[in-house]
Amino acid sequence: MVITSQPSTDGKVLTIQVQGRFDFAAHQHFRDAYEKASISPSRYVVDLAETTYLDSSALGMLLLLRDYAGGETAKISVINSNADVRKILSISNFEQLFDVR
Amino acid sequence: MAERLTILIAEDNAADRMLLSTIVSRQGHRVITAANGLEAVSLFHSERPQLVLMDALMPVMDGFEAARLIKQASGEELVPLIFLTSLSEGEALVRCLEAGGDDFLAKPYNRVIIEAKLLAMDRLRSLHATVLQQRNLISAHNDYLLNEQHVAKAVFDKVAHSGCLNAANIRYLQSPYAVFSGDLLLAAYQPSGDMHILLGDFTGHGLRAAVGAMPLAQIFYGMTAKGHALEDILREINGKLKQILPVDVFCCATVLHVGFQQKIVKVWNGGLPQGYLLPDDGGEPVPLVSKHLPLGVLDPKAFRADFEVYPLADGDRVFLLTDGVLEAANAQGELFGEARLLEVLGCEEGRRNVFTAIQQALGDFRGEAKDDVSFIEVSMIDTPAHGRASAAFAHDSHEGPVDWGTRFEFRGETLRSFNPLPMLLDMLLRTRGLQERMGDIYSVLVELYSNALEHGVLALDSSLKVDAQGFSEYYRQRGERLATLESGYVRFDVQLRPQGSGGSLIIRVEDSGAGFNAQSVARQRISSNSLRGRGLTLIKQLSDTCDWSDAENGIQVEFKWSGYPVETSSSSING
Repeated sequence: MVITSQPSTDGKVLTIQVQGRFDFAAHQHFRDAYEKASISPSRYVVDLAETTYLDSSALGMLLLLRDYAGGETAKISVINSNADVRKILSISNFEQLFDVR
Repeated sequence: MAERLTILIAEDNAADRMLLSTIVSRQGHRVITAANGLEAVSLFHSERPQLVLMDALMPVMDGFEAARLIKQASGEELVPLIFLTSLSEGEALVRCLEAGGDDFLAKPYNRVIIEAKLLAMDRLRSLHATVLQQRNLISAHNDYLLNEQHVAKAVFDKVAHSGCLNAANIRYLQSPYAVFSGDLLLAAYQPSGDMHILLGDFTGHGLRAAVGAMPLAQIFYGMTAKGHALEDILREINGKLKQILPVDVFCCATVLHVGFQQKIVKVWNGGLPQGYLLPDDGGEPVPLVSKHLPLGVLDPKAFRADFEVYPLADGDRVFLLTDGVLEAANAQGELFGEARLLEVLGCEEGRRNVFTAIQQALGDFRGEAKDDVSFIEVSMIDTPAHGRASAAFAHDSHEGPVDWGTRFEFRGETLRSFNPLPMLLDMLLRTRGLQERMGDIYSVLVELYSNALEHGVLALDSSLKVDAQGFSEYYRQRGERLATLESGYVRFDVQLRPQGSGGSLIIRVEDSGAGFNAQSVARQRISSNSLRGRGLTLIKQLSDTCDWSDAENGIQVEFKWSGYPVETSSSSING
């Protein structure tokens, strides 16, 4: 599991990439990725292109990010998920909280 | 050297002993001396030195034997033992090590080398002591955590495994490792005898899951026993979990209301894999898909408790499962998955006994039987009309109020979201003589209220409910009309009067609908309230008198009770 965060050049968007398994072991790294970011973005993008697996504690981590980013007013996109990951997001109906693409 | 050590020197040659003692003492250590192995062992026991210098060849008991005994006596602690030897051939040196020696010191003695070796050995000794101390600390912590887990498991198991799961129409398998997977299975009767079932899966496990399971179960059992509707219970659970749990902990759940009189099942699924409705006639399984976010995620104002309603004939079954089944993996890391599950549900054995079929399929797939999945199967059965709830009645010997009356009118906006029945029930429960008949009274109130609301106020056409499609259309219209309801009313007139040593309860329900003008209309309205026209039969069966003939737009029922104490043999409640 490797987690990287990449601020956009205008400093408005923070893109967090998760490679490998997105589960409880990623907890601290995922948190650091947005809490220790060099910018205060108005929008977040969680890029799951390289994510092979996602479990319910990862869903919890997405909720923590949402809370950190303002809860109801948070703007978070979850992009590039593979079919398995997409299915988990969809069973949990996380499309209702996140912009899943 | 920071620490002053006690060092045992065992040497039979008095001059060598003196020389060594002097060198070691000058380094600041306390020295004790022995002239042979036996003395050395005895001194070791009485003084517990931290380091031993041992001559190999001594009278009475040689150094090899003494070393073995000392090493044995020091147990887990590392007491470095350095052999003093003039022996130089390899074999003799190997014997020193085999006897438990940690190093050698060759004669004649060199002060600088002795000092360096003592320092090195002491480093080794304190490293070993630190490792031991940390190991003990970790082990104590681990014991503590295991004990916590054990307590959490005991609590969780009690909570997760109670209610009416042993009812004849329920079969379930719940992992004994529930506390580790966070699976939760609850079932309880409403006062009417209808059943609520919840299969849940908390994020996380152990304490995290146990902490959330407690209030969830309490709300579920408490509100179900008091006659609250499914949607109110869901709202309450969601609100409570949202309030008390950390943001990243929530509960995926499927919740059912099984209506035995109406022959329906209401389904709410938030975040669990889809369950299935399995028709007894061999028809296609109907998937029960997750349409909501899990419990404890949304704020109360954003939470949606709307459910699907399906007709359920006798013998039809509802099958629910947690992701443990789908995520069961074989040796190759392949997942069991939905396709295999559907195959099992569709096959001959699956239709006959889905329960054993799935266990069998899981066992075959993994090559071993494992107890890490939870599933439940609930069947529709023909039940006697009597209420079966054993609600927690107040065990108060006082008779309670018996001569009183009240009138309620619930109007438009209130009818949209408020269910008045638990409130009425709670009031009536205060009268001792009525407690035993609460199941009957509640069942009748449910029928009267849904009749007044659905056919009176909302003017719904119950002839829609002839098939499954019409059924969902009926409930779609119900939801739509209720959501925009602005006028109309349902009235309850409740009168209690003492009669001899007992009393009588008269409940009259009226509504703003088109009316109960003729007896035939009332009969039609009530009897068509459910698929099998059970409404009127039920009301007649459960109440002592049932009267609509002199009513314009209402119906009146009466319940009588005999003096307290009530003979248990005359009670119509069965456990």
